[in-house]
Amino acid sequence: MTKLKDHLGRPVVAVTGIGVVTSLGKGKQENWAALTAGRSGIHPITRFPVEHLNTRIAGTVDFLDSSSKGASALTYELAETAAEEAIAEAGLDLEDFGGPLFLASPPVELDWHDRLALYKGGDNADISARLLEVARSLNSLDMFDTSQFGFVADRLADRFGATGLPITLSTACASGATAIQLGVEAIRRGECSHALAIGADGSATAEALIRFSLLSALSTSNDAPEKASKPFSKDRDGFVIAEGSAALVLESLESALARGAEVLGILRGCGEKADDFHRTRSKPDGSPAIGAVKAALADAGLSEDEIDYVNAHGTSTPENDKMEHLSLSTVFGERIGRIPISSNKSMIGHTLSAAGAIEAAFSLMTMREGVIPPTINYDNPDPAIALDVVPNVKREARVGTVLSNSFGFGGQNTCLVMAREAV
Amino acid sequence: MDSQDVVITGIGLVSSLGEGPEAHWRALTASAPEPVFDAARFSPYTVHPLPEIDWNLQIAKRGDQRQMETWQRLGTYVAGLALDDAGIKGDEALCATMDMVVAAGGGERDVAVDSAILAASTGRPDFDVLLNEKLTTELRPTLFLAQLSNLLAGNISIVHKVTGSSRTFMGEEGAGVSAIETAAARIRSGQSTHMLVGGAFQTEHPDMLLGYELAGYLHRDAWKPVWQRQGMQGGGVVSGSGGAFLVLESRAHAEARGRKAYARLGPVCSGRARRSRGELGQRISAMLEAAALPSGELLAVSGASGGHAATAAEKAAFDARPGLAARGFATLTGHLKEAQFPFAVALAALAVANKAPYPAFDAASERPYVGIPENVLATAIGYHQFEGMALVSAAG
Repeated sequence: MTKLKDHLGRPVVAVTGIGVVTSLGKGKQENWAALTAGRSGIHPITRFPVEHLNTRIAGTVDFLDSSSKGASALTYELAETAAEEAIAEAGLDLEDFGGPLFLASPPVELDWHDRLALYKGGDNADISARLLEVARSLNSLDMFDTSQFGFVADRLADRFGATGLPITLSTACASGATAIQLGVEAIRRGECSHALAIGADGSATAEALIRFSLLSALSTSNDAPEKASKPFSKDRDGFVIAEGSAALVLESLESALARGAEVLGILRGCGEKADDFHRTRSKPDGSPAIGAVKAALADAGLSEDEIDYVNAHGTSTPENDKMEHLSLSTVFGERIGRIPISSNKSMIGHTLSAAGAIEAAFSLMTMREGVIPPTINYDNPDPAIALDVVPNVKREARVGTVLSNSFGFGGQNTCLVMAREAV
Repeated sequence: MDSQDVVITGIGLVSSLGEGPEAHWRALTASAPEPVFDAARFSPYTVHPLPEIDWNLQIAKRGDQRQMETWQRLGTYVAGLALDDAGIKGDEALCATMDMVVAAGGGERDVAVDSAILAASTGRPDFDVLLNEKLTTELRPTLFLAQLSNLLAGNISIVHKVTGSSRTFMGEEGAGVSAIETAAARIRSGQSTHMLVGGAFQTEHPDMLLGYELAGYLHRDAWKPVWQRQGMQGGGVVSGSGGAFLVLESRAHAEARGRKAYARLGPVCSGRARRSRGELGQRISAMLEAAALPSGELLAVSGASGGHAATAAEKAAFDARPGLAARGFATLTGHLKEAQFPFAVALAALAVANKAPYPAFDAASERPYVGIPENVLATAIGYHQFEGMALVSAAG
């Protein structure tokens, strides 16, 4: 008989719905076909001019109605699209979801075109004062909404009938994983039978690109965009900024079984550990990332020999991939060379606030389909990083458990452990 | 009494009234509490400015200070005050296992760069190209990190070594409500033993005012208490710079290390009234029911912003409960956005710990309260969206 409580006596948390959008396409099917074919979604930027930019490629999502309407509108549409797919798959009511919402999304800022419109709307020589004067005379709720950090979640809560005060969070590049963790914790505490966790990021603006460029974080392989993201390769030169979203319907196994929902996977454990070393660099000994992996395993009640596959953070920056290898080698010992480890980011780029959620969605699909998506662009292995990265071509494999890593600026480290089946 | 009770063992506060719980208690219990405000600098808007702060007292390294703008410095500073107050600062083991939830907006943009770009846009048909040209040459690389929402928590980890876990919630007052609600739930369920939770807001920057004024929320008339701004020019909100952090612990954890608590944090309620459908008044009343308020006289530390609709709804709900004596602290501190709810909870805890009420901050609008407040309600009804309340009680 299936156990409804985990090793610590908490409700087991199942996944009953998954939705995803990336530069590879809309929905699980399109994404899975592209991922397993080893296809890249990275392309030259066409959304805005690229003159003066060192990096002119990205994994932007250009095929949605809001793709050219600014970060707030696109982030909303990405989240909504993924959530629709997930809630429909879970067989729950699209207008009366009836559980809390946890949204990982980028910090908001007034769009430059709105700022320009404010400037052009007045003539005060003091520019700051002019913007304020024009703002209050315009009194544009549309513009105001895009400047409110809680707006996207508020609108999603309305759209899907989520209960209570929706939580919008940021743990930088670990945000998507944190959203899932918050949902898991709420179910474990018995606050709800099901929750909606979404990671969505439509913030690939020129300014975002320039900021990461100034921190030397981005690949400049502009001439071969599909080759730019090359995690674990010797010539990796930075990540590729990208957009996307994923939504998971998390549900207590008890609730899922009671209503006859199909269980797509189990969220076994979550672990986190903050790093106090530096704003953008990790502690050289990797101890915070190691701590996060170990905490996730302990929370899942699994030993390190019981992980079948690692869905890497694998950003393709010199620093991350080295640190991730160090951390995993420390936790898994010599067995690390035999565990398949691949990076979805080799194909979809780094979807920032959404990455942890998208990669959790792909991890769950990896287990269900028995196919590991490859790390593409692995043509020039880094000899210092001896890993089985599932190079270039997908691999059929029985995968019962996955560790998915997410690490971010500001010392954020969050790891998720997922399983194919309940025990 | 329960070992998993959530108790408040550390308070860090900064506002225009000063810094620390004692300075705030003194200022707020003066016979006629006086606001500190500046009506000239951002005229026609009034702000409650930061007091003089010696950042070195909580952020020892100049290098760390340089990596931040004022908002992150302020939050890191206030977090340090709370850790100090709880006797946790510098205790490596306690900090390394401490969980953190920060309620954050964003940091300050570079006004000079932004203004120069706008000024240069006149006569340029290719604004997007101009943007690329200017931003690539004039943005400081570190400024991005000073703007990132989660880097307030990141700086707290770096400066104070709080590294158990780090989460940042966004979403104006609602972020502060969720931060405290989640932190309390984690402690009650045994998911955490001790937590640092709070936020900061630095309003003395034109973009921080713009965030309100895009929907006309700011008060543009002579300074008045929050309850008296209806019908005056503007939207009723006077903002302030400040921050509030709390150290929350399970009773068992606090007792095991011999710490006396200010107060016990009781039920925390949160909500999202659909205000366009006129639900706010009814939701505030429902929340007052859910907060399990004791019968009789009750002191309420209200985070009312002054924003016309939300403040009127909160006042009406209070007026319907004859025993309730509200104290709108934003009258004296200004609206602290993400920090508003943590600040309200902190002030509630101070009244409970000091066994004394606050006098009316606005004698014309606020009822007197006589007696020892064993339970104090803290509220934050968002100026635009999201609501929360908590009942703070004697530690026992």
